[in-house]
Parts: sequence; C-alpha cells; structure tokens
Amino acid sequence: MSRESAFISIQNVEKYFGSFRAIDNVSMDIGHGEFFSLLGASGCGKTTLLRMLAGFENPSSGEIFIDGQPMSEVPPHMRPVNMVFQSYAIFPHLNVRDNIAYGLRKQKLPKAKRNEMVDEMLELIKLPDYGDRKANELSGGQRQRIALARALILRPKVLLLDEPLGALDKQLREQMQLELRQLQRTVGITFVFVTHDQEEALTLSDRIAVMAQGRVLQLDSPSGLYERPKSRDVASFIGTMNFFEGRVKQANGTGITVEAQGLGQVTVPASEGNWAKGDTVHLAMRPEKLALSDEEPETGMGRARGTLQNAAYLGERSHYFVKLDGLESPVAVSAQNRFDGELLASEGGDVWLSWRDSAAVILPAS
Amino acid sequence: MRVESYIRKPNRPLQLYAVIFLIVLYVPVLFLPLFSFNDSLYVRFPLEGFTTRWYIDLFQRDAVWNALWNSVRVGASVAVISTIFGIFAAKAITRYRLPGKGPIVSFIMLPLVVPLIIFGVALLVLLSQLGVPLSLYTVAIGHLIICLPFSIAVLIPRFEGFDASIEEASADLGENAWWTFWRVTLPMVGPGVLSSLMLTFTVSFDEFILAFFLTGTQPTLPMYIWGQLRFPQEFPSVLALSSLIIVTSFIIVFLGQWINSGATFAANKEKKA
Amino acid sequence: MSEQTLHSGIHPAEAQRRASWFGRLLYRSEAARGFSLLSPSLIFLLIAILIPFGILVVMSFWTAQGFGFDTNLTTHNYEQFFERPIYGALLSRSLWISGTVTICTVILCYPMAYYVAFHVHRNKMMWIVLMTLPFWTSYLLRVFAWKVVLGYEGVINSALISVGLIKEPLEFLLYSQEAVIITLAHAWAAFAILPIYVSLEKIDKSLLEAATDLGDGPVYRFFRVTLPLSLPGVISASLLIFIPTTGDYITPALLGGPDGAMIGNLIQKQFGPINNWPMGAALSIILMMVIAAISVIFILLTLFVRRRIS
Repeated sequence: MSRESAFISIQNVEKYFGSFRAIDNVSMDIGHGEFFSLLGASGCGKTTLLRMLAGFENPSSGEIFIDGQPMSEVPPHMRPVNMVFQSYAIFPHLNVRDNIAYGLRKQKLPKAKRNEMVDEMLELIKLPDYGDRKANELSGGQRQRIALARALILRPKVLLLDEPLGALDKQLREQMQLELRQLQRTVGITFVFVTHDQEEALTLSDRIAVMAQGRVLQLDSPSGLYERPKSRDVASFIGTMNFFEGRVKQANGTGITVEAQGLGQVTVPASEGNWAKGDTVHLAMRPEKLALSDEEPETGMGRARGTLQNAAYLGERSHYFVKLDGLESPVAVSAQNRFDGELLASEGGDVWLSWRDSAAVILPAS
Repeated sequence: MRVESYIRKPNRPLQLYAVIFLIVLYVPVLFLPLFSFNDSLYVRFPLEGFTTRWYIDLFQRDAVWNALWNSVRVGASVAVISTIFGIFAAKAITRYRLPGKGPIVSFIMLPLVVPLIIFGVALLVLLSQLGVPLSLYTVAIGHLIICLPFSIAVLIPRFEGFDASIEEASADLGENAWWTFWRVTLPMVGPGVLSSLMLTFTVSFDEFILAFFLTGTQPTLPMYIWGQLRFPQEFPSVLALSSLIIVTSFIIVFLGQWINSGATFAANKEKKA
Repeated sequence: MSEQTLHSGIHPAEAQRRASWFGRLLYRSEAARGFSLLSPSLIFLLIAILIPFGILVVMSFWTAQGFGFDTNLTTHNYEQFFERPIYGALLSRSLWISGTVTICTVILCYPMAYYVAFHVHRNKMMWIVLMTLPFWTSYLLRVFAWKVVLGYEGVINSALISVGLIKEPLEFLLYSQEAVIITLAHAWAAFAILPIYVSLEKIDKSLLEAATDLGDGPVYRFFRVTLPLSLPGVISASLLIFIPTTGDYITPALLGGPDGAMIGNLIQKQFGPINNWPMGAALSIILMMVIAAISVIFILLTLFVRRRIS
C-alpha cells in the first residue's frame, strides 16, 4: 500500500514504559475501509498500539497520522476515532439510551433528532426495546453491542476494538464475529481490531499484523499468513505447523531441493525465495497438507514411511501423530474422516505420508 | 442447604464477646445524654428526676452559639477544601503512573499517625515566628492537615472501585477533562465525595488537640467545653452540650459511612456481575 | 453513512495550534498531569508539615530568656533532658502506658475483628459502621465521658454506693494510670479493629479449609494459618495506637492526676504556663525520635519473627 492511499499511517513508532520497550520501531499503513487486526499473545504491544491510536498513550518517538493529520498532539477527545473497550466501559450511572447518546452532547442537536439517531442505532445493534434499561441489567453480549453503538453514532473515521469478544462465551462469540463483519461492511468505517485469538483474526480481517515483543513479525492477508508465513514464530502462532530441520541441496530455476530430517529430499517451487546451496533452513508443513494412507502413495508426490503413534477422533476430522525415523517429535496430520467414521490406519501400524511440492514452506533456521 | 461452611459455623462465645464489646464501646458515651436529663448538679446515681433545664439554659447562652458558629465555619471550609484537594489527589494516586508514588502517599498519610500535639506545637511555633495572630484561620489550617489524609483515604477506594476505562471512554467519545469530570467521574465517586465532606466536617468539628494550640480569641465548641470543665456548676450544661454534639456527630458520620460503604458494596457487586 | 465526520468539532491542526506549551506538556507527560492534580494537597502538606518541623528543630536549640528567646544555638535543652530525671521519667511512663494500651487494645479487638470477618454474613457493613462510629465523635467528649464514669462521685462509685456494695467511693478509679489506660484503650479501639479486620478479610477462606483438611483443629489452624496471615494488620494496628497515644495529653490531663501525667502534658505546659518554648520544642523532637526508633525496632522485630516462622 502506498503512503498516499494510507488512511492510518504509523511511522517508526516506539513506546517505552520506564525502561521497558512496549513498542519497538513499528511502521504500518492501514487503508480506508479496511478491517485490520493486530494479533499477538498478551504483552506483545498490540493493545498499547491501539491505545496510541486512541490517544491514551503517546509514542515515545515516531508519529501516527490519521487521514493525513499528525496525531501526536491531539488529545483523545479531539481525535476522529472511537473505541470499543475490552471491558466495554458502559457508564453504569446512565441508561442504554444515554450511554449511546453520550458523545452527541457537543453537537447540540434538537432532542427529536437525537432520539431518532439513538433509535436508529438501537435498531442497528438489534436491541430496539432496550433504551431504558440500566447498564447493570445487561448481559455481556448486549453491553458489547451498546459499546459499538455508542462509538458508531459519532461516525468516527476509525473504530478501534480492544478484544471486544474476549469476554463472551464461544457460541455468542462466533455469532458476534459474523455480525461485526457485516456491520463493518454496512458502515464502511475502518476497523482496527485487537485480538489474541488467531482464528478470530483470520475470520474477520482483511489484513492482519502479527505482533510479538513490540514488533510486527508479519503483515499480510489471512491466507497469506496461513499459507506463506515468513518466520517460524508466525508459522507456529497461526494454526498448527510441522517443522523439519534441513539443508538446501540444490537451488535453481525449476525448484529448490531440501534434505530434511525425517522426510528425505523435498522439492519446493523456486518461487519460495532466494536460497543457496548449503543454507540451513526449516521446512514447514501444515497438518492438512499431508496425506496419510496405509498403502504406498501414487508417484509424483513426496513421501515418507512411519509408524502411527496415536490418533484423535474429532468428529468431522481426525488428528494423527506419525513417528518418522530420525525425528524426535511425531508429525501431526489432519485428515477428513471417512463416511463410516473409521480411522485411516490403526495405531501402531506402518503408514505412508505423502505431500505435493507446493505443500512445504521454507523458513530461515532459528 | 447449609449456608455456612465449616470455617464459618456459628461460634456462640465469640458472638457473646462481640455483643459485650459493642456495649462497652457505647455505654460510657451514652452516660452523657443520660445525666444531661438528670435534675441534679451532680453526676451520680441514683438519678433524681427528668429535666430539660440544662438544655434550655444552653440555648440562652450567646457564648455557646458563637462557639457553635465558629466550629461550623471552620468545619465547613475545611470539609470543602480537603474534599476538593482530596478528589484531585485521589485521582492522581489511583490513575497515574507517578515516580515516587509510594513515598508521596506515605507522606500524605503521615498526619494520621504522628501525635497531633507535635503538629500543634510545630504550627504554633511557625505562626508565632511569622507573627501571624492565632484565629479561626489558623485552626482551619491545622484541621486541614488531618482532614486531607482522611479525605484522600475515603476517596481512593471510590476511584479504585470503577474501571479507568470508563473515564477513557468519555474522552474517546469527545469530552475533554472538564466535561468528563462532571459527566462521569463525579457521578461515579459522588458517594465518596459526600462521605468525605461529612467525615471531614465531623473530624474538624470535634477536633480539640490542634485547636487547643491554635485557637485565638474565638473558641471552637470543643474549646468552649474545655473552658467550662473547670467550673463544677457548669457540669450539667456541659453534659447537655456534649450530648448534642455526640448525637449530631453520630448522625452525620453514620450517614456518611452508610453512603460510602453502600456504594462500595454496590461497586463490588457490579464487579462480580 | 456519510463521509463527512461529525466527530470532532475542532480540526486537529487547530487544536494543536491552540495548545500552550503547558497544555502540551500536560498532554505528553502522564507524570506532569498526575503531579499537577496532586500539587494542591502536596504543596499544602509540604508547607504545613515540613516548614513548621524545621522551625521546631531550630527552636529546640534556642533557650528561653524571660518572654523572648536567646537564638544562639546550644544543646542546653537536650542536656537538661538528660540531667533532670523528671523528663526521662515522664517519657518512660508515657511509653509504658501507651505500650500497655497497645497490647490490651490489640488483644481485646482481635476477636472482635475476627468475629466480623468470619462469622458475620449479613449486614457486615452495619457491624463495621457500628464499631467505628464512636471513634468519629469528639475525642475530648469520649475522655470526658470516662471522667463521668470513673469520677469520685461518678457513675461507678455512686452506683456501687447506692447498691450498698461499698460505703466510701473507690479513689483509685480516677486520677491514676489505670484510668488513663482504660480510657485510651477504649478511645483507640476502632484504630485496632479496622486494620486487623481488613487483613483477616483478605485471607482466602480456602486456605483455612486446606489447613483443616490437612489435619489441623481450630486452635492449631488459628496459630499456624490465621494469625500469621493477619500479622500485617496486627502490626499496623499496634503502630496506629502506640504512636498517637504516646503523645496524648488530654486523657492524662483529665483523668491521670499527678501519677498519670505523661510527656504530652509536659510539652503542653512548656508552651503554656511554664512558657519555655525551646524546651517544649526539644521535648517534642525527643518524643518523635523515640517513637520513630521504637516503631522501626518493632517493625524489624516482627519481620524477623515472621521470617523465622516461615
């Protein structure tokens, strides 16, 4: 994305708390109307970054631009952004209607107009009859919607969401994910979403920045992150990944051949990057890219022989753990279950693993 | 179903102890009102009959009214100033990362533990060296020293009782610090503010040790009582006056504590929900 | 939804231009915001505590001369303290009295705090308010109430006489060290209950259940779990009572008589009838130093004991 089309531009931002470096020279651009996620484990700096966008923390150095305006000296109440807090921060002394209308005071609207706007919002969040309820009479999901309405009624340029679904139970969370995505399409506002849940980030986002220790490890689309991780950290953070230590044996225009521990020779397409003969690398393969069978696989695919150590039946699919010679930890394989629910092989039996050339990703060692 | 767990099963002796404890706590104080209605110059059993003449006598004394008015003026200004300062300080202590916060808080709370006589003489020495005459103002300054930590101590739990993100939400929705204070902070800490006003007023209204050193020509109510203690014939009217003060203090403090702990209770409930 | 934003009334650049350097400092620095909120209280207390103390220290090195002071610095007052036994005697009597008061109050209040923390389930708040209510009423009046109770013709004596148990009033009740101790213990009870209650309330109830589960009966459980865990409350209660009572002068003045006089009375007299302010200042400084030293020793001792236990 070019600087000009960037709606939010974070440039060389650092943040120290005392001597602790919470944000370590982060730069990124977020486009207009994008659903953008900051993903990482707790303490990785994602919330700090979000709070800097809102204005509750100031960068120790660097600058944040929103819609072309530098933000470093704009206090939170003057920024064109609104936030949905992790705890929702619903004002407990006000009812739902007054909570939603809270930010409208400055606009000095006639009462009828204001009520109309609030009603519209209540309709949007599907709580039309809840206007007179007190905040402490609401469930978690309802509070979350009110926090959304309260922010959206001000038509911010950017909506910031700090783990807004974290406090909800699994079923409600999945339902809210769908609604959130739909809402974002309806209102067309840029969403910046903080989460530690990789599945949630993959489901919702246009693009995701994976963060660790105050840095951005990789910024990519969900499929890009999943299919083409650029480092071992990203690969293991998103989904499950099998890693094999290896060494590049041959690299030319047609492909890169890696001698990998346990797998033998694996060839991947040349587009996998610039690697030279002799480089130590890690080969990464997703469990679902490996096929498992008790018969020898057809030719033209990579293959390895091993022993099925154990299997876990998960309903629609099963996880298999296969022990390969020369590898300490077993390789994880995920496969669709057969219609009769029988496992593909029996525990303790000999099995074959096979994969296509495009299944593996080469990552730098360490 | 049994509500009490093993640990919390009722303990009769302890219960009895608690009741006796409360009785011993209150009875000496309650003798004052009892004897203030006794129709005798002497405080002794047996009681000699009911009278309200000591109270009527009290109402006719200008000196009492003057002292009362002095105490109210000092108490009200001390309560307002210490509560306003206290709100700012409690907010700063609970909401901001400050270097050296621990030592600062200890310093602020110091007047609660240092013997008041030391503050009394130290202030007296300073004022006399500066040539400032003793007056109600000097009493108020002394009272402010002890009321400020009280006020801060009452308000800190109120600020801790609600999530800082509620104030941030207000800023985020476009309100500046001033409006955030009026629309969010004050309603949230309101019970604490009320409680702080009531408690600090009472502390100042009842305070004697500092007033003893810092009062000029206008006595506060406790100073007036101290003066009357020398005259045996004034004993019954002192009893009447003391009873009135005690009843007033009880009511104000009870309301103040009630408001405050009721709000703490509600806040805890809110947190658990 | 329209592109036009209703959000901010003021354009950010405009806001930037308006902000003064001070406003910008406040916005950029969290510490600056915090300290500016704290400054009214802090500045007032710094002026009202530190400066008077400084002058008090200086004055303690002066000497009284008629109605004025000799401002040449000398340690004369401190020498006086060590030369004339009356000062030391009064100080050690004060320490003895408030030490006794502290121990009695803490021991008497502990079961009360324990009861409210573990055995009151409904109306807990009510109990706490009831226990602390008398503390908020005038200290002078509470002491006065004891004078009424213990007096020569007071409640106890007249009641006992009218019942016929005694013929002559018991003289030891008033104007004695015992009277001072009883009154002080009563007056400072709330200061002991609250910290102990708070530390008991903090104890995770499952710890007590664990101790029971591991074979401790109620007595062992109390001494091995409850008491050690509530020790911080006991320490602060002890200090909260010991420190202020050592300097008290109202109770001894009203109830102590000559035998019950404490160092506070002497200090007060130096500033009153004796009119030797420098000596009073010196006595105040000595009192503070002694209290500080005892508190530090007490805290270190309990820390030491605690480490030995655990």
